[in-house]
Amino acid sequence: MQDEPRPDELVKAVSDFLRNDIAPQISGHAAFKLRVAINALDLVTRQLTLAGDSDAAELHGLTMLLGVHGTLDGLNQDLADRIARGDIDLATPGVKEHLWQTTLAKLAVDQPNYGSYKRELEPK
Amino acid sequence: MSTTSVAELLARSAAAWCPGAAGVTSAARLSGGASQETWSFDITHPDGAIGAILRRAPSGYGAAPGRAAGLDAEAVLMQLAHDAGVPSPKVLHVLRPDDDLGTGFIMQRVAGETIPRKILRDDEFAGARPKLARQCGEILAGIHGLSAASLPQLRRMTAAAEIAELQREIDGFDWPRPVFQLALRWLRDHDPGPSERVTLVHGDFRHGNLMIGPDGVRAVLDWELAHLGDPIEDLGWICVNSWRFGVIDKPVGGFGTYEELFSGYEAASGIAVDVARVKFWEVMGTLRWGVMCVGMMQRFRLGPDHSMERAMIGRRSSETEIDLLRLLAPRA
Repeated sequence: MQDEPRPDELVKAVSDFLRNDIAPQISGHAAFKLRVAINALDLVTRQLTLAGDSDAAELHGLTMLLGVHGTLDGLNQDLADRIARGDIDLATPGVKEHLWQTTLAKLAVDQPNYGSYKRELEPK
Repeated sequence: MSTTSVAELLARSAAAWCPGAAGVTSAARLSGGASQETWSFDITHPDGAIGAILRRAPSGYGAAPGRAAGLDAEAVLMQLAHDAGVPSPKVLHVLRPDDDLGTGFIMQRVAGETIPRKILRDDEFAGARPKLARQCGEILAGIHGLSAASLPQLRRMTAAAEIAELQREIDGFDWPRPVFQLALRWLRDHDPGPSERVTLVHGDFRHGNLMIGPDGVRAVLDWELAHLGDPIEDLGWICVNSWRFGVIDKPVGGFGTYEELFSGYEAASGIAVDVARVKFWEVMGTLRWGVMCVGMMQRFRLGPDHSMERAMIGRRSSETEIDLLRLLAPRA
């Protein structure tokens, strides 16, 4: 077991430093590149914070949907193959909900400011 | 090649085809990957400086990638479009071997803005925005109306061929993509079949490739992906949510409605738009962009472009997955 601080705490500290102390000092193309870098670090922080729970939920969902046990990667491949073959489609109970949940979990890490994602989080 | 030597070669070239040209200033490389470059420069001239753009593939980069029309074809298409009244830069010169600049062409530089966030939000464009969707419809009608006999050699695409190509790319990712597979199934099940009309398709008609001023669209740029196919592909592509830049309730580029786009197209072409076909191509376009995002990430991995930008584009493919679900499996 590794010691503290956790990776997410370290990465966030670096990102905050770049955003608050370095970004105001630079301009032009380097400033653009720095913004991309900060975005990448923030994405990593979100993944380290959120993916444990969402991966566990996804694995559970896949196990229920497919009726077999396996790894997250293996079961996702199985689901993708069954959809490609037409064995599973949107009429299959639970498929639509599963795809929505897993996609929303990706967006929460990748692009939480994406317009479609924010719209889907609004109360209906 | 250094900026100095490109500027010198441009000055020598301009002297040969632009009477009165007395040198080149402000040469600057704008963008481009390993195989294609874009340069901006000014030709010094007694009547006033002439703003120009060079698009070229340096010597040694012969074959264009699979989907590209090639720079020679791009130059011909731009000239045809310009002559037919489609807003398009005038082609000033097609590079020859003795220019020593590789293959490509030089065109007039059109002033305006291509950055979507400025076009969609700045006051300067407030007057143009309500007109853009209809104008895009009119322009696309013009592009699709270009005489087939005058066109250069272009690849012929069909929906079925496009689906097969996407399938091959997705299967090659070696990474499970259930939502992409769902979209592929949907496309197969909803393929409207071969189009009755086969025309020139611009292939990348969207923000970034439209030079826009306060008066509207001034030029259609980047004909690199032009091909022959179902003209409705262009109408679907400009409606892909990725090109709305956050203004998601205005499906055409974040500035207009389907109805405005279609009415502009119908008025200029006299041809009724098949709305179901547009949706089919919008789904295809959304999946295509998602696949392109993953492809760019893979090029980051393989090098030589080991940039953060390319890496981060891989994490934008999930944006297209949520958009595909909104199109194909909307929640109540």
